Amino acid sequence: MRYHTPENFEDASAIAAGADGVTRFLAGGTDVLVQLRSDMVTPDDLIDIKHIAGVHDITPLRDGSWRIGAAVTGAEMSENALLGQAWPGVVEAMDLIGSTQVQGRATLAGNLCNGSPAADSVPAMIAAGATVSVIGPDGSREIAVADVPTGPGKTALKKGEVVTAVNLPPRGHGGGDAYLRFIPRTEMDIAVVGCAVSLTRDGDTITAARVSLGAVAPTALLVEDAAKALIGSALDDAALEALAKAAEAACKPIDDKRGTIRFRTHVAGVLAKRAARIAYDRAGGAK
Amino acid sequence: MSQIHVTTTVNGDEVEFLCDPRETMLDVLRDRLGLTGAKEGCGTGDCGACSVTLDGRLVCSCLMLGAEAEGREIGTVEGIATDEDLHPLQKKFIEYAALQCGICTPGILVATKNLLEKNPDPTETEVRYWLAGNLCRCTGYDKIIRAVMDTAAEMRGAS
Ligand SMILES: Cc1cc2nc3c(=O)[nH]c(=O)nc-3n(C[C@H](O)[C@H](O)[C@H](O)COP(=O)(O)OP(=O)(O)OC[C@H]3O[C@@H](n4cnc5c(N)ncnc54)[C@H](O)[C@@H]3O)c2cc1C
Ligand code: FES
Ligand code: FES
Repeated sequence: MRYHTPENFEDASAIAAGADGVTRFLAGGTDVLVQLRSDMVTPDDLIDIKHIAGVHDITPLRDGSWRIGAAVTGAEMSENALLGQAWPGVVEAMDLIGSTQVQGRATLAGNLCNGSPAADSVPAMIAAGATVSVIGPDGSREIAVADVPTGPGKTALKKGEVVTAVNLPPRGHGGGDAYLRFIPRTEMDIAVVGCAVSLTRDGDTITAARVSLGAVAPTALLVEDAAKALIGSALDDAALEALAKAAEAACKPIDDKRGTIRFRTHVAGVLAKRAARIAYDRAGGAK
Repeated sequence: MSQIHVTTTVNGDEVEFLCDPRETMLDVLRDRLGLTGAKEGCGTGDCGACSVTLDGRLVCSCLMLGAEAEGREIGTVEGIATDEDLHPLQKKFIEYAALQCGICTPGILVATKNLLEKNPDPTETEVRYWLAGNLCRCTGYDKIIRAVMDTAAEMRGAS
């Protein structure tokens, strides 16, 4: 294994593009090292992106949007009070990943690019309408987070493409988001179901919404019918029931020791309702 | 496979070592630097026995490459006591019998020292969540939590 420490993303991309064996980027390493040590994946080239300028920065931009560098850790996100006010759901989803120790290393980009269908931050980023900035052999592009995962362990990133940052849109007035997951314990487990809701209120009425589910299909899902159930409502019981139905209908889960198909489907509806209530209260100014 | 030359700081002292690119920081500490305080319980980030600080941030040394230590500062359990004195946490762990086999103890000491530096007045819930990634198969955690809470109270009183 060759260990590289490029000083800019162009070089990082060029190393990956020119490599002919197994290549991995190294952000926090909390997936890469586990896979390396269990002999699941031994990269021929490991490209550490943490020496690149700006990768550790959380930057609020003038239009209210946010740029989160590719090596920003969960702990650094949780410590950023302004980010937590703007996008509490994204921050709480990232914060659920692993222990304090894992939080000291794990990144949003790593969680996304590892491609787990149960990755906790991914539904929250999808609900938020996040994008990733990517540099590759053919130049740079911006991709919606929702379009990055294409299957378990698979992403839409092409050979040599590296994520430089995660972009969160301006939260704007009357917005709120939330992420909830079900696990059999209180900490340190993989989501059986995850659900993120992001919405905007005008007074009591929901004017915009995005709902995303994790761990119930080969990739995290953006559930448009669930969003439709919310938009125009004041989150009354009928809207919540319609939301739960739409969430359940979108599920295509697997049956495994962590949860049966029936259980996962039911929990998706329950979590959608609960996350919607939290997002709604946050949008109304609650903490 | 050619070895990587790394210069880093461990417990305040500059150290240099050569390591294989696949070698973890935990293996470097134990096998190359003779610092066997950090333990390998799982090697997959689940147990916390290998906990160290990296530039003041708590991490699992089993999930970090030795090569990543270049230019950084590592803190291990060996750096907690002074030549003269045990750290208040270490004294309280003895007083409360907050350890049995001791495998988890170095990691828990590093983790809780790091917590008290950031938050001198944690609630019991905060201590328990902070230690969610530090498994102990012997004590049942209760004595550990009480030792940490009492240390925190004592250190607040002293300062
Ligand atoms: C004990 C433990 C508990 C965990 N608990 C959870 C959990 O509760 N929920 C959860 O979702 N995950 C969990 N994880 C998995 C892991 O911590 C997360 O997926 C984490 O976010 C990965 O980020 P990283 O920076 O460590 O990624 P790395 O391991 O550095 O990289 C992961 C993958 O992403 C690729 N990659 C990284 N950065 C980039 C980039 N900039 N551009 C392109 N590709 C890139 C790498 O090539 C690699 O394939 C856990 C892991 C451990 C060890
Ligand atoms: S040995 Fe590192 S977490 Fe268990
Ligand atoms: S004292 Fe034995 S594992 Fe904690």
